[in-house]
Amino acid sequence: MINLRGKTKDLAAVDGRRRIGLDAVMTALSFVLLLVIVVTPISMIIYHAFFYQGQFSLDLLIDQFTRETTLSAMWNTIKIALLVTVFGTIVGVFYAWLLGRSNIPGKSLMRFLFTIPYMFPPFLGAMAWDLLLNGRSGYLNRWAIKTFGLSSAPFNINSIWGIVFVELSYYFPFVFMQVVSALERMDPTLEESARIAGARQGTVIRKITLPLVTPAISSGALLILISSLAHFGVPAILGFSQGIFTLPTRIYAVIARSGGSFDGIRQGAALSILLVAVVAIALWIQQRVIRSGGYDIIKGKSMRPTVINLRGARIPLFILALSTLVVIVLVPLVMIFLVALVKAYGLPLIPANFTLANYERIFTASGTIESIKNSMILSVSAGFITMILGTLVAYVVQKIRPKGSTLLEVMSVLPYSIPGTVLAIGVILAWSGSLGINLYNTLWIILVAYIARYLSFSMKTSSAALLQVHPSLEEAARTCGASHTESLKDITLPLIRPAMVSGFFLIFLPAMREVTTSVLLYGPYTRTLGVQIYSLRDAGMMPQASALGSVAIVLIVVVNTIVNALNQRRKGV
Amino acid sequence: MAYVRFENISFAYGDNQVLKNFSLSLEKNEIMCLVGPSGCGKTTLVRCLLGLNRPSEGEIWVGDTCMFSSKRRINVPAERRGIGIVFQDYAVWPHLTVKENIAYPMRKRKVPKQEIDRRVEDVLRLVRMSEYINHLPSQLSGGQQQRVAIARALMTSDDLIVMDEPITNLDAKLREQMLYEIRELQRNVGTTVFYITHDQRAALQLGDRIAIMDPKGDLIQLGSDEDIILRPKTRFVFEFIGVTNFLNLKRVDGQHKLDLGSTLAPWPGEVPQELRGGAVIDVGIRPNDIVFDRSSPVRGTVERAVFLGSEYEYFVRAGEKTLRIQQGSLDAGQSGIVREGSEVGLKFLNPYYYPAAREEAV
Amino acid sequence: MAEVQVELRHVTKKFTTKTLGDIVAVDDFNFQVYEGECFSILGPSGCGKTTCLRMIAGFEDLSEGEILLSGRPVSSSRANLYVPPEERDLGMVFQAFAVWPHMNVFENVAFPLRIRKVNKAEVERRVKQALQHTSLTGLENVYPSDLSGGQQQRIALARAIVTNPKVMLLDEPLSNLDPHLRETMRFELKELQRKLGFTIIFVTHDQSEAMALSDRMLVADMGRIMQIDTPENLYNRPINRFVHSFLGESTFLRVVIRDGQVYAAGDLEHPLGVTPPPNAAPEMILATRPNAIDITGSTGYQTRIETRIFLTDRTEYLIPVGDQKVKVQTPHRIAFSEGNSCWIRFVDPMWYPVEDTDEEKERARRQLI
Repeated sequence: MINLRGKTKDLAAVDGRRRIGLDAVMTALSFVLLLVIVVTPISMIIYHAFFYQGQFSLDLLIDQFTRETTLSAMWNTIKIALLVTVFGTIVGVFYAWLLGRSNIPGKSLMRFLFTIPYMFPPFLGAMAWDLLLNGRSGYLNRWAIKTFGLSSAPFNINSIWGIVFVELSYYFPFVFMQVVSALERMDPTLEESARIAGARQGTVIRKITLPLVTPAISSGALLILISSLAHFGVPAILGFSQGIFTLPTRIYAVIARSGGSFDGIRQGAALSILLVAVVAIALWIQQRVIRSGGYDIIKGKSMRPTVINLRGARIPLFILALSTLVVIVLVPLVMIFLVALVKAYGLPLIPANFTLANYERIFTASGTIESIKNSMILSVSAGFITMILGTLVAYVVQKIRPKGSTLLEVMSVLPYSIPGTVLAIGVILAWSGSLGINLYNTLWIILVAYIARYLSFSMKTSSAALLQVHPSLEEAARTCGASHTESLKDITLPLIRPAMVSGFFLIFLPAMREVTTSVLLYGPYTRTLGVQIYSLRDAGMMPQASALGSVAIVLIVVVNTIVNALNQRRKGV
Repeated sequence: MAYVRFENISFAYGDNQVLKNFSLSLEKNEIMCLVGPSGCGKTTLVRCLLGLNRPSEGEIWVGDTCMFSSKRRINVPAERRGIGIVFQDYAVWPHLTVKENIAYPMRKRKVPKQEIDRRVEDVLRLVRMSEYINHLPSQLSGGQQQRVAIARALMTSDDLIVMDEPITNLDAKLREQMLYEIRELQRNVGTTVFYITHDQRAALQLGDRIAIMDPKGDLIQLGSDEDIILRPKTRFVFEFIGVTNFLNLKRVDGQHKLDLGSTLAPWPGEVPQELRGGAVIDVGIRPNDIVFDRSSPVRGTVERAVFLGSEYEYFVRAGEKTLRIQQGSLDAGQSGIVREGSEVGLKFLNPYYYPAAREEAV
Repeated sequence: MAEVQVELRHVTKKFTTKTLGDIVAVDDFNFQVYEGECFSILGPSGCGKTTCLRMIAGFEDLSEGEILLSGRPVSSSRANLYVPPEERDLGMVFQAFAVWPHMNVFENVAFPLRIRKVNKAEVERRVKQALQHTSLTGLENVYPSDLSGGQQQRIALARAIVTNPKVMLLDEPLSNLDPHLRETMRFELKELQRKLGFTIIFVTHDQSEAMALSDRMLVADMGRIMQIDTPENLYNRPINRFVHSFLGESTFLRVVIRDGQVYAAGDLEHPLGVTPPPNAAPEMILATRPNAIDITGSTGYQTRIETRIFLTDRTEYLIPVGDQKVKVQTPHRIAFSEGNSCWIRFVDPMWYPVEDTDEEKERARRQLI
């Protein structure tokens, strides 16, 4: 007979007095790390914007906010973001409807095409469209002028509308995903009860279905809005040549032109405050105007949602939908690869003008290899560290629940709503020597910025995974003889491992192709892949920039495929 | 000699005093069912036994080991108590196979591998899950997962196992089967089982002894199923088990009469000696202990009649009171069904007498 | 003679599924529901009841046959006719209530009237009346997510009766409510029907719910109608073993009939003292119910109490009869102890032939759908 219990004498020595437990250590560690990584950069921005040489002063802010350049940048930012949101939402809802509720053919093909924008860095797309529709030298424009005998270019992508077009082609999937999911998972009896009540199909859509997916629409729209307000890549590529600035690109310009001087950075800090204010106002207005969150409309039993028969419109709509997708998704992709092969930008895109020299050049240039290496190191490290940190904080907030866990939670998700540009400035101000640590011009400063930027991603994934680990699973281990640490190791960790792996890739991929943050933080030897592509283009070396861009795309696709294959295999077990 | 002893256990969640001076003893090798409504403190008591909660006062003994004593400042940590537990949601670890789940307690004790393998095989045979040894929990049904949980509990300890609402999440048919299996298992292994539930039916079927807790966390009655059913000590116990009717008897001129609000009716039953002094007495009657009797002086009107298959259910208004009556099919066949609206005579068989609840006496 | 409100004539529905081939979900359903009746369709999952209800509502079209509402055909395979649900003028309450979360109580209930372009004052009046009938007065401006399950069901009910339909369809009306609420709603539903005079057709797998509510019931299994009758007749005179065991608890005893006497299998010396049916086979099943067995007398078959279990409202005994064990239920006051001897008497049993088990397999196949 196995008996776990010893003699009374032995166990009497075990006193219930609390020692410093694992819980306390984890909590303290979380607080310290978040303070350093998140709170410090943000505080530094606020400090330097409002204080000069130790004195409170609004001079800087007033000076910056009253400049014409600042105001025009702000209006551009708002204008573009609103246009992208409105049109992106319309396109997103249109496709969600087609794929979620109609009998249109080719649904799986279209769904597949939708996954591509997610993998593509928008600035590469902007580059591709610029190659095609640049007001002066775009391929399509020159072809049109020649063919139709026009006096000037019919399309100019270097405009507000150009920026809007490119941004929306990458952001509309946000709305699409949310709405198609809501439509597919909606309880069909909500619509059936309307029909029994006497409503025809059209009325049902208008009065029942649409209102019920409005929360999903507005969730997606908010995501588009915030992403566009903070976006750097597309306005940078398409706007600079025409002097069109948004707040993020203005901030970059101010710092770049000042050569990275302290003064320039201060100005950047002031503009950052403005940008954050705009984002905050947008959030606030959205909360008041449209209800976010969702209604409880998910069905329990597996029932098929009602499908609308398109009848005569079926094929025309299919052609429209597919061709739009092809234009938005495939055209830029093809452009990048074609220009990567051309001997010189401007030459007609015919095989006679193709060469592999561009690839040769970029792979022999030390700058390229280094930039790929840097991005790899940064992405892998950021992925790992953020994953561990995010899981630690999620565990503390959810399972340990100490006093102040709300504060921890807020600190960890705060960086999500702060634009990457702003975060970069905060990191510069914090870690360039003023607090005793100087990481400027090293990979470390970029790493710190990445960790702050992506922390909320892993926090969310790990939180969701921990929610699935019911407390009784850990308690069962304790009663079977496992100490608190052992139960974490044997039970909790293995159960959240799949989510942690997902979390890693969720950070690795965006970090690989990122440019917004690293463009403000790079030094002579610490260029990232995104920065290198951007620099090549800035120097006018279009074919080489495209070649490197195509390499980046291949890299991303390969990693994505591996991740998907791993996911599939795991689910199949 | 009691095997498990709770002595004067007190526990509070913040301001909420869940347990106050609670005492209970379990005999070796018995199945003790602790029944009470949700929130009465039974799960808290179990967590104190396991070491997952720490009482503010009292002592807990298992065998001759003191697990907890507030006076002597003893509190054995959960992982050293060696008590098997089956949780309501089974808490079977999804990433480990059936074998790994069951072997875990012994791994923690560093039992040699061969010994572990042998014991796992033995216990799997006992719960009839031998062919599932390498399965993952996701491949098992609810009932099978629960057997794995039971097997794991047996590995932690084969002399004390706690079960906290283990069958609530199973469907009705499976519940019956599991109750039977748990009973059989206990008979085979001889372990002491502490079974916690709000389901009176399960407690009655399973327990050698049944302990009833009221919502305030007090132990009201302790006894066999027959004691609880045929000799419920208080009104609470009588009402806790199944549907009941309560009538009032009022003492008028030295005689107890049935108080129907607007009228009084003669009461033919025999009031027990110790309650005869009371001005008001509560009488509990089960719905199937009221029968129709044309000659009875107690009259009522049938307000509602529902056919439930195995019985007819009637709501009969007598005076100001509405009584719930169940008539079995045998009886209905003999004395006939009663239609809504008809006037009937009522006869009360098998009444239970209790001192009046204070509110009613006023 | 009451008018026929709903009629199904030779209605059949076939499905082609990917995994299990062709299924006949509803096989030649023929029945009539009369005005003012409460009619239920009862059976295990896969019996065709939900499909049948959806065909009456118009969400599914039939493969063969005709469905008529108040004498007017709404689905007909012959005439290639299919009237969509919005034109059938029915009231329906769905299992999960299907109350619209983005509208408050008033707007939910007013919806059917607004569709019919009823004027504002009239809408106001009729909605208020419907709310009064369902005890929801005062909650007009509340949103469904702030109300309990029982109240949400009342909203669904109010919405269904506001157009004064002749026929109300209910899909598992009480299964999403907790037991206490179920009883209250059962009563209120009957009251409502009495007051407003509509016909109810409801579908359920819960036999006690069906028996308590229905005037007549249809019991279905594997797409086929087994029996249509009043609850009492179905319970006391079930036509076959399936219906017997589906309604309430059943006890099936294998018996041998010889020389006009009935013996339990395993004991051919002591007769049971029950009259055999006319045209009895030498081996049959005696079917009865645990509370239709009398153990308080001194006639019948002598045996003893083997096991006693106390349930909350009755005592259950397991009594050996021949080589089988019979379950008997009595009120608590009939107190035998284990080991006591007793006489067991079967009162008015049903008789069935010894059955084959292919039906079991088909039933299991349907449960997968």
